Amino acid sequence: MCVVCGCSTPGADVHTPDHVHPHAHLHAHPHVHPHSHDPVHDHHPAVGQPQVDAQTGDLHYGAGAAKVSVPGMSAERAIQIETDVLGANRRVAQRNRAHFFAHGVTAVNLVSSPGSGKTTLLCATIRHLQATAPALPVAVIEGDQQTSVDADRIRATGAPAIQVNTGKGCHLDAPMVAEAFERLPLHGAAHGHDHAHDHTHNQVHSHTHHHAEKLLFIENVGNLVCPAMWDLGEAAKVVILSVTEGEDKPLKYPDMFAAAKLMVLNKIDLLPHLNFDVARCIEHARRVNPGIEVLQVSATSGAGMAEWAHWLLHQEPQL
Amino acid sequence: MHELSLAGGILQLVEDVARREAFGRLKALRLEAGALSGVEVRALRFALDSLAPGTVLAGARIDIDEPPAQAWCLGCNQSVPIRSRLDACPACGSVRLQPTSGTELRVVDLLVDDAPLATPDPAPDPAPAPVPATEPADAALAPRP
Repeated sequence: MCVVCGCSTPGADVHTPDHVHPHAHLHAHPHVHPHSHDPVHDHHPAVGQPQVDAQTGDLHYGAGAAKVSVPGMSAERAIQIETDVLGANRRVAQRNRAHFFAHGVTAVNLVSSPGSGKTTLLCATIRHLQATAPALPVAVIEGDQQTSVDADRIRATGAPAIQVNTGKGCHLDAPMVAEAFERLPLHGAAHGHDHAHDHTHNQVHSHTHHHAEKLLFIENVGNLVCPAMWDLGEAAKVVILSVTEGEDKPLKYPDMFAAAKLMVLNKIDLLPHLNFDVARCIEHARRVNPGIEVLQVSATSGAGMAEWAHWLLHQEPQL
Repeated sequence: MHELSLAGGILQLVEDVARREAFGRLKALRLEAGALSGVEVRALRFALDSLAPGTVLAGARIDIDEPPAQAWCLGCNQSVPIRSRLDACPACGSVRLQPTSGTELRVVDLLVDDAPLATPDPAPDPAPAPVPATEPADAALAPRP
C-alpha cells in the first residue's frame, strides 16, 4: 500500500500468470510543506511570482512553501514521492517470475565471488542432470562483464546458453534476464512459434508436484556485493563459496548470504590441503541467515553432486 | 560499484517527476538509504555528483538520511533498531534477529522551484515580467507604488 495516500498499489501486482500489471508506482503527491526556509523575512511588499489560476486568471501570491511572497525569491514546493529506487527493477523481476511460473521454469540465480568455480560447477551439474534426469530441459543465462568464454563452456555440454555481457556493470538486472530468457528455447518451445508479444500465459500447469519441470540457471557476474540487491525473478539465490576462500566471507558480505536460500561449499576435495573450518563457516552463514541451507560439493571429484541435483530438482517455480 | 546504477535509477525517477510536474528547478533532493540497503553512501554521492552535470540534478542539494533498520528479536520478542546484519539485540544481546525493514534505498521528496529563473526552458514566453501581460482586465492588478 502506498504510504503516502493509502492507495493500494504494491510494486508487483501480479494476480495471475497471464496478467501482469507493470504498475508504475510513481504518482504525484504534490504536497506543500509549511516550513520556513531561508531566513529572508525582510519587509518587502508582497509581490514576487504569482501562481495564475488557469480557469479564472486569478493570481495567487504567497502560495509557495513559506506562505508568504518575497520579491526576488521564487515559490518553492516539496514533491513527496517516497519511491524505492529499485522499484522499477523489482517490477520487471516480478514479471519475469510470473513468466517463469507460466512456463513451468524454475530459475536459480547463482552468485559468488570471481573464481569460486561457478562455471565449472555448472558444467558438472548439467552433465550430472543429463545423466540422471535426461528429460529435464536445462538452459543457462551467463552473466559476465566481458567475453563469451563461459557461455561457450556451457554450450559445449549441449545445454543452450545466452551470454549477457554487462560491460561496466557489476551485476545482472531484471530487464537483462527478461531479454535473454526470450531468446532461449526454454521459452520458445512452450510457444512453438515466433513469439508474438501479446501471448497469453495461461497455460495450465499442475503445480501440485514438488519438483522442477525445467531448470534455468542464471549465472550472475562474479561479485558478492551488488547482485544481492537486484531481484531477477528467480525462485532462489544460491551463493557458492569455495573452500579456498575465507570462512569469514559470510560475515564480510552479509547481504549476499542473507539473500541466499542455499550456500554451496565448493571445491571440498581441497579441504585436506587447507585450513578451512567448515563448521565455523556454516556458523557464520547462519549468523546472518538462520534459515540458510548448506551443501558441500566438489565439481571435480563429484562429491555431493547427487545431493545438489536433488536440491535443484525439488525447487518449484515461485510466484 | 552498484551505486552508479542506483544513481542512474534516482536520476530517472527525478526526470519522470520533472516531466510530470513541470517544475522550474530542483533545489534539493532527499534520499533515504536504509542501514541494510547495501548502499555505500559516499560512493552514491560520488556517483550522483558525476551524473549531475547537464541533468535536472545539476546544482541541487542532495541529502541522504541513513535511518537504522528494524529487526525482530527472537530472544526478547520485540522490534529493535539495528545498524548491520551482524548486530546483536541492543536489549537482550541475542544474535537471533530477523531484519524487518531498512533494506530500501528510497527517494523521499524533492524541493523544487516553480518560478522560471534565468535559464528557463526555451519554449515559454521569455518576458520576465511578474505580471502576465495577457491578463490586463480585472482589478487587483494595479501596480503598487
